Amino acid sequence: MPADTTKSPLAAGLLDIESLERSEIEAILERARFFQPLPNETYRRLDSLRGKTIVNLFFESSTRTRVSFEIAARRLGADTISIAAQGSSVSKGESLVDTLNTLVAMRPNAVVMRHSASGAPHFLAKHLQIPIVNAGDGTHEHPTQGLLDALTILDRRKSLENLRVAIIGDIAHSRVARSDIHLLAKFGAEIVLCGPPSLVPVELAELAPGVHISYYMKEAIRDVDVIMMLRVQLERQHEAPMAASEYFRFFGLQLEHLALARPEVIVMHPGPINRGRELSSDVADSQRSAILNQVENGVAVRMAVLERILA
Amino acid sequence: MKSLLIAGGRVIDPASKFNAVADVLIVNGKIEAVGQGLDAGEGVPVLDATGAIVAPGFIDMHVHLREPGIEHAETIETGARAAAAGGFTTICCMPNTSPVNDSATVTSYIVQRAREVAVVNVFPIGAITLGSKGEELAAIGSMHEAGIVAISDDGRPVMNARVMRRAMETARALNIPVIDHCEDLNLSAGGDMHEGPESVRLGLRGIPSASEDVMVARDILLAELTGASFHVAHLSTMRSMAMVAFARSRGIRVSCEVTPHHFALTDRELGSYDSNCKMKPPLRRSRDVEAIIEGIRSGAVDAIATDHAPHPGDEKMQEFERCPFGITGLETAIGLTLSELVHPGHISVGRMVELFTTGPRNVLHLNRGTLSPGSPGDVTVFDLNREWTFDVGKSQSKSRNSPFNGRRFKGGPVATVVGGGIVWKIE
Repeated sequence: MPADTTKSPLAAGLLDIESLERSEIEAILERARFFQPLPNETYRRLDSLRGKTIVNLFFESSTRTRVSFEIAARRLGADTISIAAQGSSVSKGESLVDTLNTLVAMRPNAVVMRHSASGAPHFLAKHLQIPIVNAGDGTHEHPTQGLLDALTILDRRKSLENLRVAIIGDIAHSRVARSDIHLLAKFGAEIVLCGPPSLVPVELAELAPGVHISYYMKEAIRDVDVIMMLRVQLERQHEAPMAASEYFRFFGLQLEHLALARPEVIVMHPGPINRGRELSSDVADSQRSAILNQVENGVAVRMAVLERILA
Repeated sequence: MKSLLIAGGRVIDPASKFNAVADVLIVNGKIEAVGQGLDAGEGVPVLDATGAIVAPGFIDMHVHLREPGIEHAETIETGARAAAAGGFTTICCMPNTSPVNDSATVTSYIVQRAREVAVVNVFPIGAITLGSKGEELAAIGSMHEAGIVAISDDGRPVMNARVMRRAMETARALNIPVIDHCEDLNLSAGGDMHEGPESVRLGLRGIPSASEDVMVARDILLAELTGASFHVAHLSTMRSMAMVAFARSRGIRVSCEVTPHHFALTDRELGSYDSNCKMKPPLRRSRDVEAIIEGIRSGAVDAIATDHAPHPGDEKMQEFERCPFGITGLETAIGLTLSELVHPGHISVGRMVELFTTGPRNVLHLNRGTLSPGSPGDVTVFDLNREWTFDVGKSQSKSRNSPFNGRRFKGGPVATVVGGGIVWKIE
């Protein structure tokens, strides 16, 4: 299947899911399915990005996302340079603009960036001509995570149409939740957000059509097709956190909860999981859990995104 | 002392209820007469104001001039030039300089420096507390002798109600208002924009309306307790507007100002993480804008003030959450008021002139803001229909942090006259 030769809507980069057209999401997912390895195979290897250089700039530590982007780029034949903020000039007080200007002088074809400040990639995109892929910005969005979550659902469902989805945890501080909500809402999902009231502000219901809020776990997961558990982001909480035992008691996913959902319910988590904090070990390891598929799908989705930006 | 004849404009002087085509004659820096067919006399220059509005010199009761101490952002000289280019003849500067204007020494420095370099009148506002730390009262009496016209810990609100009470008692005795930047710092802590659907969508931390409202409520109660005159700086919320109107109806001495950006913009402007839309109080929702405009229309709002807050470019060229709060505003205030309030029919030109003249004059007890004979010869000439585009690159301010760069305006300042001298005139 040749890559589309017309100019992709992603040519300027991927900053968020919210501003993506549904048709573009479908195109990315279709391409990502092509990149998924067959059972007992490794990933396909192509050279569609041969001669291109991609800079991975991580202002915030991340192992799985950074490695996933690196593998994706290399499988497409691109050269990658990964820079972690710690130990680089970034931590020596160099401004974001100066850091990026320095990188631009190296003439990369794209920059993949993670940053702890919401809107940091949007800010740079305004000042740079190079496409930027947002690998997570503060508490705003994590678009490739949203895409890989959608791909993971598609592995187990025929379509993304009209799903019932519960997203549980610290929604206020979750960039994964925002990307998932925007993406699934574009396909007509009913989405219930659930968590402690101070982490699930009522305004979230206005984020997209079909979003509802519940503060009761058993109500939130009734008859859902998908349960997305979020990581408790202790580092993002500016308020006094809830005691771990209290959190798990009211918002932790336990095996008996699954009976309330639809029979083939998919349990997802962006990782890394805190067993006994967000979900019990038996749920994490159960047949319903798609957590390892999510990790696997990260590479396929990122290959599709990078190809649509650069090929 | 300069003399000038401003000829042929429509003169609007709310203080004397004058509104007709007429000439304004200034002799030796003071208003001599307003009337038709005035004779300039030998050697007196004439400013042709045909087709324009001639009003008492506009007063901006809330600006930051950054001097002393933060001169890379603005100086008394550049801020005054920006004021003149925006049609203002008088500006009142907030005390959050470095050092803070909390003593007669700093007040005197500002007064002296303004006399030397400022093309418009500059009246300092003194700090409420030492270093604006909210603990001990500043040298309010001495600053008053040195020339302050009000007290405020703008930007660093007094959280301790007992300290605010003592400040109000002191201000009442001196017959000056207490201007409060109403913000409960515990409720707003860490916030970068208005708390609501937009902040949730953008993943930015919110500043709830309640952080302003609880302080407006507290200060109204303290004003009632002490009998002081309390002025709400840059009022931005629907509820605060309602509380101010209610307090006034009860006879409590409460006044308020609003900024042009709070009636011209909403929190939806932050969609692209534009740091020039980051200020305190934050841009609110459209229902707040509607309430503010209604307050301006009904008379519950006393003044339009810019909260001109210059920051050098590199400070606004950062991650949104690291950028400082505030925008410049002196050169766009008249254009925004005309475009957003007068042309859409919310208020008359006469009401607009009040908001820039008698309004702040009455709050601060200034001997300005009128064209009655004997008053200082300060005049603002503006027009209603000239189409122009704001180019921040040509701003007289030292800083460039305006969200209105490139904006088209209908109507704006034409000439600014201070003490009979033309200090700015459109090219």
